[in-house]
Amino acid sequence: MRKLFRCAVIGAALAVSVTGCGKGGDKIVLGFSQIGAESEWRTANTESIKSAAKDEGIDLKFSDAQQKQENQLKAIRSFIAQKVDAIAFSPVVTSGWEAVLKEAKDANIPVFITDRAVDVQDDSMWVTVMGSDFTEEGRRAARWLQEYAAKQNWKGTINVVELQGTVGSAPAIERKKGFEEVMKSTPNFKTIRSQTGEFTRAKGKEVMEAFLKAEGKKINVLFAHNDDMAIGAIQAIEEYGLKPGKDITIVSIDAVKGAFEAMIAGKLNCSVECSPLLGPQLMQAVKDYKAGKTIPKRIVTNETIFPAEVAAKEFPNRKY
Amino acid sequence: MAGLKLKNIMGKIAGFFTAASRSGLLWPVIFFGLILLVNALINPGFFDIEIKDGRLSGSLIDIMNRSSYIILLAIGMTFVVATAGIDISVGAVVAISAAVSAYLIGGTLVVENGVQQYVSFMPMPVAIIAALLIATALGMWNGLLISRMGLQPIIATLILMVAGRGIAQLITSGQIITIYYKPFFFIGGGYLFGIPFSIYIVAAVLAVVMFLKKRTALGLFIQSVGINKTATRFAGINSSNIILWVYAFSGFCAGIVGLLVCSNNKSADGNNAGYNMELDAILAVVLGGTSLAGGKFYIMGSVIGGLIIQSLTTTIFSIKEIKPEANLVVKAVIVFVVCLIQSESFRKKVAGVIFLREKKSL
Repeated sequence: MRKLFRCAVIGAALAVSVTGCGKGGDKIVLGFSQIGAESEWRTANTESIKSAAKDEGIDLKFSDAQQKQENQLKAIRSFIAQKVDAIAFSPVVTSGWEAVLKEAKDANIPVFITDRAVDVQDDSMWVTVMGSDFTEEGRRAARWLQEYAAKQNWKGTINVVELQGTVGSAPAIERKKGFEEVMKSTPNFKTIRSQTGEFTRAKGKEVMEAFLKAEGKKINVLFAHNDDMAIGAIQAIEEYGLKPGKDITIVSIDAVKGAFEAMIAGKLNCSVECSPLLGPQLMQAVKDYKAGKTIPKRIVTNETIFPAEVAAKEFPNRKY
Repeated sequence: MAGLKLKNIMGKIAGFFTAASRSGLLWPVIFFGLILLVNALINPGFFDIEIKDGRLSGSLIDIMNRSSYIILLAIGMTFVVATAGIDISVGAVVAISAAVSAYLIGGTLVVENGVQQYVSFMPMPVAIIAALLIATALGMWNGLLISRMGLQPIIATLILMVAGRGIAQLITSGQIITIYYKPFFFIGGGYLFGIPFSIYIVAAVLAVVMFLKKRTALGLFIQSVGINKTATRFAGINSSNIILWVYAFSGFCAGIVGLLVCSNNKSADGNNAGYNMELDAILAVVLGGTSLAGGKFYIMGSVIGGLIIQSLTTTIFSIKEIKPEANLVVKAVIVFVVCLIQSESFRKKVAGVIFLREKKSL
């Protein structure tokens, strides 16, 4: 009797889940595993994905990993078990994804990787890696600087100091590489100091203080790998008695709200966008894939640069 | 006559050295001096102090100002270590204190007719007192777990170390709260008579602590708890309460640091505020000559230990040739050497080898 009852329950549950599937019709189900909510940038990223899914009529199953890989693995496995139509995730670290990616492949579920890359040899494991091109961001910062220098008619040696991101992180390595690549064409720019500010305001400020004490007024330009370090450095420059944005020209990357406030106040000269708003592009890629179109292995987010002149106009449109 | 005078002076110098080494300060002071000297050799303007807009400005001032965080934590930590304990939660408490004060002051930019208005969500004193009270309560929580529940100090404080950052994140909703309320910036970034205000805070805490140590029996009580808790209790001293309050004080110190960090950066970052600071604080205590086994403790030693660590960091930032990838290695090697030379048994061994060689050559 008991057995029969259990059978009945399972049967009912199956029936419900089958009708559940049927009700959705041909609505695409996308499972997305987010890293967490560690910064304004990340929150904007989440918002963009959620709202784009809604606009495109995609059924989004969202899971927050709270900065832990084990949570992401768990989430992806549960997406596979639920037989979603597609899986997307922002990997918190680069390594350790082989097993779960293989499980997804075996289950014939396409995987879209967003924002950061994974360190897996076999690229048939995923459809595309979508996100910012950090090297290009470095190049854009450099190009803007060269144009600005030409406009301002700068002559002679120009001393640059650099605040690097966290040692060994992809954005730090690639932004530095891109910047140096372009700067080669203008040898009068000399990078006299380069240290890590660990992507934080506190370290950015502390390192800039040390730079100022060592080089003083010789510093003409600051290139910071993210806005937060630039914001910290701006405080250090003000406390040193110089005018950020005037005595020292500052260019940084990300274009977060704080950077716009600094630009409007004339303390930051340019911020290169590193956009978290990749929701629409992701949804488009998922739809295209389902429609049988070929998707490039690498999709770069639509990004631009924001010189201080446009900051006030752009500020109300900013979402992060 | 001149010889006698020279002998006199030599005797005085020797006397100074024996006194310094007895107080445990000799080696820390020598190392601090050496680091400053190396800096001065690399960067000729190192000792220069200029006056800019009525403020003193220079590398030495930076080191003093920046080291205030480590020194305050190290002062609290010294008492904890003296009771044979350890507090690895201070970094997380810094983050919580910063988050609480930032949350209460609020992170909204209010601009009316193009002029920034300074508004705070709660009055500033409320925010400051709340942050300090919460930090002290968290320290007491550690103290209760250790003195009443009998937990190992490293385990008890590990709980808060891990949970604390989560709590800070909850308070800030995982975001960096930017503060625009100008009066708050004075605590960690202001200047009084040309000197950074944080240095006054360190001086005030240090003065109170030194008074308690020198003029009351509290220092002796703490020391005796560290040497033998049971014997201390039999001597009629309430060991448990001393342990409780020592951790509460460590939490209080972390609370002050949280305010300083938050005010100096004009923002609270739950992820990064006070990150790894507990390790620097413990290192400062050890460099200052206090043994992790508890017992005798040197507050001034910890202060100089803090100065050593900060001057090392500043030195690494101001030497061009050190690549960022090598920062930690350079720091580790120097700390290793300092710790070796601090060790009395190591010094004796080295001295023994040299002495033996001399004997042989005779």
